[in-house]
Amino acid sequence: MTHADRRAPAPLAGREPLVDAHAHFLHAGTGRSDWADVNDARFRAGDRIGITYHVASVLGSYGYNSPTYFPSPEDVTAGNDAMLEIAEFESSRVRMMVTVNPNYTDHALAEISRCVARGAIGVKLLASRRADDPLLDPIAELAGERGLPVLHHIWQHRRREWPSQEISDGADLARLAARHPRTSFILAHIGGGGDYMHTFPAIVDHPNIYPDTSGSGVDRGMLDEALAALGPGRLLWGCDLTIETGLAKLRALEVIGVKPDEMAMIRWRNAQRIFPKGALPGLPQ
Amino acid sequence: MTVDVNTLIGPYPFRYVPHPDPDALVRVLERERADGAWVGHLPSAFHRDPSAGNAQLYSALAPHSSVLRPVPAIRPDWPKWEDAVRRARDAGAPAIRAYPPQWGLGPHDERMHSLALAAGSLGMAVLLTVRFEDLRQRSPLDVAGDLTAAHVRSLARAGERVRLVVTAAGREMIEEVHWGLTPAEQQRVFWDISWIWGPPEEQFAKLIRAIGANRFVYGTQWPLRLVQNARANLDLLPDDLADVELASARDVCDAAR
Repeated sequence: MTHADRRAPAPLAGREPLVDAHAHFLHAGTGRSDWADVNDARFRAGDRIGITYHVASVLGSYGYNSPTYFPSPEDVTAGNDAMLEIAEFESSRVRMMVTVNPNYTDHALAEISRCVARGAIGVKLLASRRADDPLLDPIAELAGERGLPVLHHIWQHRRREWPSQEISDGADLARLAARHPRTSFILAHIGGGGDYMHTFPAIVDHPNIYPDTSGSGVDRGMLDEALAALGPGRLLWGCDLTIETGLAKLRALEVIGVKPDEMAMIRWRNAQRIFPKGALPGLPQ
Repeated sequence: MTVDVNTLIGPYPFRYVPHPDPDALVRVLERERADGAWVGHLPSAFHRDPSAGNAQLYSALAPHSSVLRPVPAIRPDWPKWEDAVRRARDAGAPAIRAYPPQWGLGPHDERMHSLALAAGSLGMAVLLTVRFEDLRQRSPLDVAGDLTAAHVRSLARAGERVRLVVTAAGREMIEEVHWGLTPAEQQRVFWDISWIWGPPEEQFAKLIRAIGANRFVYGTQWPLRLVQNARANLDLLPDDLADVELASARDVCDAAR
């Protein structure tokens, strides 16, 4: 079976704007010799699909010097430096979210200020502290003041501890969001592990939480349930580590009957709304 | 000719799955421009005795026999399993399904070897399932665990008539099995592409370059997973693999004869 004849004219996901709200890049300090190839592959696949902006973060050294989800301040800074470089070099298609570890409050707040001054448009929180921990309050507060959405790593329905991360679920993030109603929170990857069916009712009453659709999970029914529970005005499209699942979800959204104006919300309008004004130039107003 | 070798009908015990029925599958195949599907009966994976589920499968697919081919589940630790294999052949099954983890059969269970050899002697492959769901979302009642690479290696070594289609595997398992077999044994194993990661890690592309496109077949794991994912993975292959040809369902059948 050849698939070349099935390739649609580029871009595969159409010419409407498309914002990947959950992307990552690697860098030389990750200990991976193929780091540049992986970054190139994200751009290649992004161009093929038609991604207008990759809104991306770097997660410290990705475990090379300190754990991915518990990065040391030094790794946080080095990763953010690498991300700043990528965002500045690829300014037409990359925007940055500044990664911080809330266990180091002063460092986290300083990193946000430093990186926002150089163009960062959001804050990335890993799993270094549970989402409802008071240590997240100064970060969420500053993000709200600056109009920066906070992308928080989430495990959909935490039933127990898992190694290598202090996992949070939708209910945890909902408690943080309730304390910071003027801050927008992006709930990471409904397809990224755990039970998404727990997440939707946990956050439905918190309109400042926007789940992203990223993750390797492509369960049938997941998108239908997200739309039924939250509506298209709450969802952000994203890929995280698997761009093919991002394309599959776009195609599935069309099949399940999402209307063009609703697709536009998921593809880019919701992102345009929650990121700082002017952060994504070129998108229709 | 595109045939989806990894589809199922019937409900899943651990979560709601939208309309998992043959009529819906036929419509999906038409929409996705696929020519047919090999179809299993999803609840049978969790039944102690899959016989009733197989009967239901044959009956449900009969009106769609031009596009849907039955792949019944047969457990080799059940009395008269040999008869079930012959019935499968007589019903036109291109393969049979087996679920060693769900049935408590270990990697080196001789009964699984006997089943694979019996199926192979009748020109049928054995279709194995690594997982139905991501480990991180499984019900506390779903404790069977994933099919292991050791299961697959052991079956691939059972005899030259054995043909396996391993579904829902990821890169690590595929590599562990492939490079743990002789070149002749490697030819007995086909992998569906339903759970392999694409860009940016490019695991699918790396696998094709390393072990060959002819070891992979088109499979989606509908109705559990979005049928669009396998096609998206093909569409996003790097340009040097744009004209790559996967093995076809017919290739699997021919290899099993």
